[in-house]
Amino acid sequence: MTEPDTVEIGSNRERFPDLHPGFAAQPALVEALRCLYCFDAPCTVACPTHIDVPKFIKKIATDNLRGSALAILDSNILGLSCSRVCPVEVLCEGACVMHRYNQQPIEIGRLQRFAMERFYESGARLPLNAAPQTHRVACIGAGPASLACAAELRRHGWQVTVFDKRPLAGGLNTYGIAEYKLRPADSLAEVAFVRSLGVEFEQADIGNGLSLRELEQKYDFVFLGVGLGAMDRLGIPGEHLRGVLDALQFIARYKTSGDIEVGRRVVIIGGGNTAIDAANAARRLGAEEVLLLYRRGEREMPAFDFEYYRSKVEGVRFHFQVQPVAIHGSAQDPGRVGSIECVRVELGAPDASGRRTPVPVPDSHFRLDCDMVIPSLGQGRLSGLLESCTGVELRAGCVVVDRATGRTGNPKYYAGGDCVNGGREVVDAAADGKRAALGMILARAAETL
Amino acid sequence: MASLETRFAGIRCPNPFWLASGPPTNCGEQVMRAFDAGWGGAVWKTLGEPIVNVCSRYSSVDLNGTRMMGLNNIELITDRPLDVNLREIAEVKKRYPHHAVIASLMVESKREAWHEIVHQAEDAGADGLELNFGCPHGMSERGMGSAVGQVPDYTCMITEWVKEAARTPVLVKLTPNITDIRTVGRAAARGGANGLSAINTINSITGIDLDTLTPRPDVDGQSAHGGYCGPAVKPIALNMVQQIALDPGIPVSGIGGVSGWKDAAEFILLGCGTVQVCTAAMHYGFRIVEDMIDGLINWMDEKGFRAIEDFRGLSLPRVTEWKHLNLNYKIVAEIHPEKCIGCDLCYIACWDGAHQCIHMDRVSGNGHVIPAVLEAASRARITTTPIPKLDAGSASASGPYRTPLARIPRVDPDECVGCNLCALVCPVDRCITMERVDRGVPRESWEQRAAALKGPVIA
Repeated sequence: MTEPDTVEIGSNRERFPDLHPGFAAQPALVEALRCLYCFDAPCTVACPTHIDVPKFIKKIATDNLRGSALAILDSNILGLSCSRVCPVEVLCEGACVMHRYNQQPIEIGRLQRFAMERFYESGARLPLNAAPQTHRVACIGAGPASLACAAELRRHGWQVTVFDKRPLAGGLNTYGIAEYKLRPADSLAEVAFVRSLGVEFEQADIGNGLSLRELEQKYDFVFLGVGLGAMDRLGIPGEHLRGVLDALQFIARYKTSGDIEVGRRVVIIGGGNTAIDAANAARRLGAEEVLLLYRRGEREMPAFDFEYYRSKVEGVRFHFQVQPVAIHGSAQDPGRVGSIECVRVELGAPDASGRRTPVPVPDSHFRLDCDMVIPSLGQGRLSGLLESCTGVELRAGCVVVDRATGRTGNPKYYAGGDCVNGGREVVDAAADGKRAALGMILARAAETL
Repeated sequence: MASLETRFAGIRCPNPFWLASGPPTNCGEQVMRAFDAGWGGAVWKTLGEPIVNVCSRYSSVDLNGTRMMGLNNIELITDRPLDVNLREIAEVKKRYPHHAVIASLMVESKREAWHEIVHQAEDAGADGLELNFGCPHGMSERGMGSAVGQVPDYTCMITEWVKEAARTPVLVKLTPNITDIRTVGRAAARGGANGLSAINTINSITGIDLDTLTPRPDVDGQSAHGGYCGPAVKPIALNMVQQIALDPGIPVSGIGGVSGWKDAAEFILLGCGTVQVCTAAMHYGFRIVEDMIDGLINWMDEKGFRAIEDFRGLSLPRVTEWKHLNLNYKIVAEIHPEKCIGCDLCYIACWDGAHQCIHMDRVSGNGHVIPAVLEAASRARITTTPIPKLDAGSASASGPYRTPLARIPRVDPDECVGCNLCALVCPVDRCITMERVDRGVPRESWEQRAAALKGPVIA
């Protein structure tokens, strides 16, 4: 990870204009003035990192933009990316009392972005006041959880090294988030900011090359911010054909290498937020038709409602209660996708998660011609590395931690982010990472008492 | 429909809305457009020996995004030749015979000078005269404006000079930059004034540019104090108007922050016969008078008032001295939970700014929790983004109202002192109401109580 914190695919900027354009100064002021400045504000409680929202908004209103940015960063070092990717509709803005007042919540996300962008434009300076400490922590994975953990530790004077096997840091912020929400350049600017706090980054595949034992010996604590594994496979014939690419690979490719051809008709499989990101991206990359197949119904779809509506605006067509059974090669090139075979399903009794189980309808097979198939079934668990951490308990593939401190069954190991929560948002990972950092600091303080 | 026809100190006009002497009444063309828009009268920009103005001239105070909540100016009286102004006054009166044109006057403190300007203005056709004894900046340094209005004897003397020559009603415009405005009001009445106009602008420095460190308005790196007006000064104006409405008790034309029909109604309720407007017209143009007229008529119709005189001064008896207020009147705040949006501004206002009578205990049951403890508990809560797939079956706790019960504050009626603060900070109309508590105790003022404590005087 010695590469500079930059990557920019020129054409993406035109194809993926900002989903929510930033505020100019005057509109930001007008919006900031609308905030009621609630006491013990619900937006702050709803934010997993508990950003003091009225505080930073009031500072925008008083033209104290640096103070505003620092108020955000105090709670969440990833204030920039969170301002762009947070599903604010179900977090701060969803909790805004304005829903019960004049109906329109304060645009907290855009105000936060305004404050953060001014901060980054003015050089992103954050002085560290803590005295240097000798404690050393290794963070495995360079995604949001580790970045938040590392930054918090640095702010307490600790020494931190972040390891990741990919060349660019930032994890899914860099590789996995839809372009119109967060560009790699913004994610990498945030990485550079964390680097500027004195966090060291190293490209290394822990387990292969650098062993956990070495880390355990060299560092006081190890933070597991490894995220989830590869996306689940469909497990149907034809999955190996060219033109079949899971959603995360697809998003990483168009965001960081720009060498992707989507073809005329693209089929997305899955009903989550990532499936929707992939579907929208396929449209914007030039696909004439994008069909999203989901085996349950509209109401069962796990994607946020606002993502679903936005995708319909993008022109994505949704087919519910459809399950793929095979992918077939094309007549011209049997090694390449030509069509997908599906079966209709009916919804039966609810399963453990409370959602109704799809049951195939006999004799309902049909085929859809397509040039590309993008399965988006959710990420599997990263079992290998985690299982080799002695004393770290896993449940359903997720690391079990004490929620308040992020501590695992092994006091040397802390964990946070997707590998703990099964796959939530950037802000959840940031909150986990920070809590783990404070957990380590508390543990060390308790030892020295 | 109610009529707004007005007769003020002998001056007739179609409605009580006058433009105050200032930039909007600088020339005849403006005044005629103002009359077309509906204004009932206009006090011409002060006539006198033409002056030279500086630039810039205005600065303002914005409040929470609202521009020009207060306006400050360092402009002087008219900078146009007197004969041009007089010719235009004559022209306006010819075309608009039923509208009131008042000539505002300011000349050096010589009897002959005042006699001459009075004759000139009246010959041009002015329906009345307004003596500018209020302008607090520039002119006062030359012995005019508020330099006259701050000395009761000068006010009386010059008013007498004017009355020697005047055939039309004479109004004296008072400065608020004085300890007790009634002393000058009485002096003007003693001098024979037919009415008073109040208030003129208040001495002010609106603010300082934090980059250049120059106060505003900037005149080549320096500034001078100006006169403050606009919505910000209305409460000060209302108080002074109320004072002079009773003493000396001659007609008052109310000025100071009138921006809409409600403001006008308030000034009239405190005894004013007309109101004068400047800042609002400078901000939005002459068109604002349409709603002033419309809104006032609608309110009058609703209240059953057929004419201005029906309600003029009705609030005066309701202003008294503190010593006469009823000590036994008791009200307490009541928060209506169905209206509460959960901002909890009333809670923090009561704890930090009042008497610690509002509590967040509808669910917890433990009152008297200090704000810092509540906040700390919230910050210690671990919250995550709700993901339907991962959070199946979880339901957030709610209550009978649209706002979660735990966020709806409660007033302790025994602790509440009835100060109004919570109702003032609450953003929702009628969400917090002040409810009368009948304690079965008769009315008693402080004066009565003090007298009772002293007991009967023993001879």
